[in-house]
Amino acid sequence: MLPETDKIIEVEDLTVEFRKREGSLFAVNGVNFSLARGEVLTILGESGSGKSVTLKAMMGLLPGYAHVTGQARLNGKNILALPPAELTKVRGSEVSMIFQEPMAALDPVYTIGEQIAEAIVQHEGISKSAAMKRALELLERVSIPSAARRLKNYPHEMSGGMRQRAMIALALACSPTVLLADEPTTALDVTVQIQILLLLRQLSEELGMAVVFVTHDIGVAAEISDRIAVMYAGRFVETGTVREVMRERRHPYTAGLLASTVHGGLRGQDLETIPGAPPSLAALPPGCAFAPRCRSVQETCRSGQPPVVDFGPGTMVRCVRAVPQMAFA
Amino acid sequence: MFAASQVKQDPRDRGGLAQPLLIVEGLKKYFPVRGGVLNRQVATVQAVDDVSFSVRKGEVLGIVGESGCGKSTTARLLMQLITPDSGGLVFDGDPVGGPRGISISELRRQMQMVFQDSFSSLNPRMPIVDSIAYAPRMHGLSAAAARERAETLLAQVGLNPRQYSRRYPHELSGGQRQRVNIARALALEPRLVILDEAVSALDKSVEAQVLNLLRELKARLNLTYLFISHDLNVVEYISDRVLVMYLGRVVETGPVEAIYSRPRHPYTRALLASKPTLDPDRRTRHLPLTGDPPNPINPPSGCRFRTRCSFAQAICSEVIPSLLAPVDLGADAPTDHLVACHLPEAQAAFGEHDVA
Repeated sequence: MLPETDKIIEVEDLTVEFRKREGSLFAVNGVNFSLARGEVLTILGESGSGKSVTLKAMMGLLPGYAHVTGQARLNGKNILALPPAELTKVRGSEVSMIFQEPMAALDPVYTIGEQIAEAIVQHEGISKSAAMKRALELLERVSIPSAARRLKNYPHEMSGGMRQRAMIALALACSPTVLLADEPTTALDVTVQIQILLLLRQLSEELGMAVVFVTHDIGVAAEISDRIAVMYAGRFVETGTVREVMRERRHPYTAGLLASTVHGGLRGQDLETIPGAPPSLAALPPGCAFAPRCRSVQETCRSGQPPVVDFGPGTMVRCVRAVPQMAFA
Repeated sequence: MFAASQVKQDPRDRGGLAQPLLIVEGLKKYFPVRGGVLNRQVATVQAVDDVSFSVRKGEVLGIVGESGCGKSTTARLLMQLITPDSGGLVFDGDPVGGPRGISISELRRQMQMVFQDSFSSLNPRMPIVDSIAYAPRMHGLSAAAARERAETLLAQVGLNPRQYSRRYPHELSGGQRQRVNIARALALEPRLVILDEAVSALDKSVEAQVLNLLRELKARLNLTYLFISHDLNVVEYISDRVLVMYLGRVVETGPVEAIYSRPRHPYTRALLASKPTLDPDRRTRHLPLTGDPPNPINPPSGCRFRTRCSFAQAICSEVIPSLLAPVDLGADAPTDHLVACHLPEAQAAFGEHDVA
């Protein structure tokens, strides 16, 4: 286990409730994780599982009717409790975020160079020309060919893969300690996706940057992660190293998700499926949220929350059937 | 594996089992790009350029490729949703649109399509049962009979008609809506169904349910599928034969086993090597391909892949490669494996891009 001091970000009991006139929606229901330098954690889940909301809550990007509680300690301070002016300073310099749609995240009326330089000038107060020089280095860092020319490009003049690289360069502008990545490769073609995944892996190793990567794609998770957290109905149902989660599949949802993942080896066979659909976040069942779809459901699953069974540091399963085998051996 | 013996005899069959259900010959579509103050044509997008293939009765033909490769334009051209610049279709021996062939409306009776966006392909102001019954009514069924047919179809795609038939599209989940779209496509009892990224927008656990449904319907209703997707895993799972497209042209075609285990075109190999692994101990270490696919406006001359190909030579920029049997054909190699590549050494280099 890592000593406490090595953890650069610690999220504790993060909950997000969307309060609307017609009722409350519980999108994130008590999420805990911590990350060391250079570590990549993937939050794996289907649409509506709360994975993107978790990231947006950490960046303070949720709308006013979102009620966020819990803690996210970054370099010793709880970023969820910071006043807006303080949060603006932290955003971009200590924690930054990349998105699925670079076209929507970049400003269409400024060149790539201007956007990156602006962030550096804002946070570090250096001159515009010095910031431009840094912007050029950053574009080279993310392997954009003919970077000097690309600096003067507007977002629409670049291809999808190039724009995604430019957005990564912008996110890295002030050397953040934590990068939050919200499905950054989902909209890309497969030959470009693998380039971006390799780039992110390399950057996190070289810069010692912790990455929280959100995806619904198990293949992408297997390529990028050190650790995986499987999310269902706003909770982590299983966490562990990428090998543990993909091989052991201790939670029935993880097992179902992996078994229903299509690959060529299954030709001619019926695919295993998880029956039904995820529960409504406005009316979560009182017990385990997965119980209505679970093949090995028991009576106790429907009445109360399943126990969190520990399998060692950073590895847990939220299921009554999970038995810690040789945990102390 | 696909075998002709598995195909049931269809009473509507005209050409016999050996006659492909659909033959596509020299399909071409260029879109003009207008610009400038006078809105003159300034460039052309060569979306689909001389694409030929055939779909056998009872098979699943998969079309894979990245965005801009022309796979969806091909589907729309087949359905005659857009008019091809040139090229022709032959459906079960009958030329389409010609004086002695079948008309486009007859073709659409036998060939239907399911789109990726399950919401925009249903009328938001119609209960789903009416959406499904619409085409049969237009083709002469009484309102009551069309409705009954729609309810039978709903049950076939796994939605209880008593519970769901009066629902509107926004009241259903994505997976349920895609089931409705499949029912709508089947309402005219087509023989060929074009599935254009039909499962791409669904969550993984729902995608598996819909894929199972598609396989079940195919067996029960004696269907033939043209399955278009960017997802290499799904195409490998469901297809009997595969067509690989790059920038508007077919670069390789063959039985699914041959394409996935012995890919001959450098692009097919790079595409397969880019597929994320499901094994954390076999992560991708080396980039199979750098850069993005070029813009289909003014694509490279000759072989369109040459700008990203590590084998490219002078001939590749001068001559358009045609689809031919690969070199060094082994005795057990399938005869319908074709590749559009000039260079024997590039074709023989399979295995080189394997993940470390």
